[in-house]
Amino acid sequence: MDAGLLAQFVANGLMLGMMYALVAVGFTLFFGVLDIIKFSHGDVLTVGTFAGFSTYLGLQALGAANPWVQVAAVLLVATGSMAILGALIAKYLVMPLKSAPPLNILLVTLMLGTVLRECVRLFFPDGANPKRFPRLLPDDAVALGNFNLRLDSVLLFLAGLAVIVAIHVLINRTKLGLAIRAVAQDEETAKTMGINFTAIVLVTFAVGSAAAAFAGVMNGLYYSEINFGMGLLLGVIGFSAAIVGGLGNIYGAILGGFLFAALQTVGAVALPFASAYKDVFAFAVVIAIMAWRPTGLIAEKTSERV
Amino acid sequence: MSFARTLLAAVALALIAGGAAAQKKEVKVVFIGPLTGGVSVNGLGGRNSADLAVRLRNADPKAKYKYEMVVLDDECKPNVGVQVATKAASDRSIIAGATHYCSAVAIGTVDTYHKFGLPIVVWGAVLPDITYGNDYKEIHRVNGTMINQNQVNAAFSTGQGFKKFAVIHDTTDYGKGHNKYFSENLAKHGGTIVGTFGVTADQQDFNAELTQIKSLNVDAIYFGGLTPIGVRIRSQMEKLGIKGQFVGTSGIVSDAFIEGLGPLAEGALAFREGAPVEKLPGGQFFMQKYAEAKYAEAPEAYGAFAFAAMNLILDTIERVGPDRRKVRDALNKVNNADSIVGKITFDDHGQNTVAAITKYVVQDGKWVVWEDSEYAAGKRKLAGK
Repeated sequence: MDAGLLAQFVANGLMLGMMYALVAVGFTLFFGVLDIIKFSHGDVLTVGTFAGFSTYLGLQALGAANPWVQVAAVLLVATGSMAILGALIAKYLVMPLKSAPPLNILLVTLMLGTVLRECVRLFFPDGANPKRFPRLLPDDAVALGNFNLRLDSVLLFLAGLAVIVAIHVLINRTKLGLAIRAVAQDEETAKTMGINFTAIVLVTFAVGSAAAAFAGVMNGLYYSEINFGMGLLLGVIGFSAAIVGGLGNIYGAILGGFLFAALQTVGAVALPFASAYKDVFAFAVVIAIMAWRPTGLIAEKTSERV
Repeated sequence: MSFARTLLAAVALALIAGGAAAQKKEVKVVFIGPLTGGVSVNGLGGRNSADLAVRLRNADPKAKYKYEMVVLDDECKPNVGVQVATKAASDRSIIAGATHYCSAVAIGTVDTYHKFGLPIVVWGAVLPDITYGNDYKEIHRVNGTMINQNQVNAAFSTGQGFKKFAVIHDTTDYGKGHNKYFSENLAKHGGTIVGTFGVTADQQDFNAELTQIKSLNVDAIYFGGLTPIGVRIRSQMEKLGIKGQFVGTSGIVSDAFIEGLGPLAEGALAFREGAPVEKLPGGQFFMQKYAEAKYAEAPEAYGAFAFAAMNLILDTIERVGPDRRKVRDALNKVNNADSIVGKITFDDHGQNTVAAITKYVVQDGKWVVWEDSEYAAGKRKLAGK
């Protein structure tokens, strides 16, 4: 295999990994503060992407055609509205069920996901069809042999990286992050120390959901196409990535995301059989890793069973 | 309680009176297609067209029965398809049906129709095995199979100078069928396939497959599958800088393909059995009546077939009466019957012998018949030429 081709595969894998990591971070944040799995996460991503898409359509109708303004507005509306949606879900669906068996929350969010998905399909005009997501980023490309490096992909990757760094800084360097970590470690003690538990949970859900919306818009810009079912597989993969990395650990989620993307790429490229089995391969390896390290690659210090 | 009972009695009386007042006996038929999901445009277009056939018949004073069309959604999913097929087939008041756009669904439901003895006419699915893979007397099909379109495709594509192909197909029976018949025919015309990639029908990312295809340096990419992933593949081809020609099947002949891609759809090739609506014997009539009925959605590529299928069913019921067995036997004997898609003749497997395959190319945001396009006239060039 020549170097250009290899570089192309690596670039593809990195982009995929970035999107998976952004979704996985949400799963891991939610689990960190509340010890719950929120299965509607992937569909929140879809709703966020469609919110961004609607913003674009609105701007077009208003005549604001500057692509940079459009990108900023699309991102702002998508992440902002999903932050609110995430907080609402936490407040009205998850928190009331906090002391119920975890299975209940799992089921409730799973159903909520279906509701969100079907709402996009039924209520977005012509929502069942794939939509063309606009190209808002400059699409200059450099061709180095078989390697086609596109400026928009680079920008998207850097933006994703910036979001991950921002979340890292938020968790580790700010007072809010300290509070989130305190709640994650021990809810009771955090409360006695004067931390507003409810507020911290809501903020965490807002941050995680905004990250998912960001991943959704990134997905749309990267593939130039969105559809109502896009969040389904992304959600499952993001969840697996979070589990493999070690649920509750942000770095684990990021590692898991990139690992999953790498597995898929290897599955499609290096295996002798058809690429149809790349997901089978990736998930099979995930199962193997989980058998080997049940708490994930980077485990929480005090491990909990899911 | 007594009030409720009085009310019930009143309703029952009203129903009986209403039934007696209507002189014509009511007969139920069923339409099944994908009304939601990625290919729903085709399903909705088919439903409207079948509905049009029923409406026109009900408006006809000479009709012996009053028809009611039950509409069911198979979502283009085999499991859902079998459920709704069972629902329709087990309802004895339903006499016959025009069913299925998706091959993967149709091939899954034929056993159900056979078991319950419901005669059906397939209006859109193209997998050969739906009619040829069994000996069921209940199964008929007005549209052609994918064998013919892939023969024409292979001959045409190689004639245009595309010799080296990569194939991407979805791993349903539908995509695998396309792959099989295209590969067989391409070899006969001197073309070669340098890489075949099976993908799942809901895959999002095709970069890994396409990067490999890029390194193979092909003249064209053949895609055997439906619109949603066709849109993704075409769009990701461009992002990777792949210059080859995009050759599709009847599965992408829909407005949704063009809408999903915008200018990128330009120059995509596809093949479909039957002449385009406006060139059909009854095309003018159909389009005019369709426009008059003011449906929200266009009839799409297979609307005319759905209309013809439903119309054939109604004709048969008029002739032999609302009895499943009689309708089934009468359908099997259909020979040279007039329809808007041309003469319909069922062979011993219930397959209509449709001759013509139409070649399509996207030009300025429309599916244009190849012979009428600027590409054929030499004013525009296909990709990679």
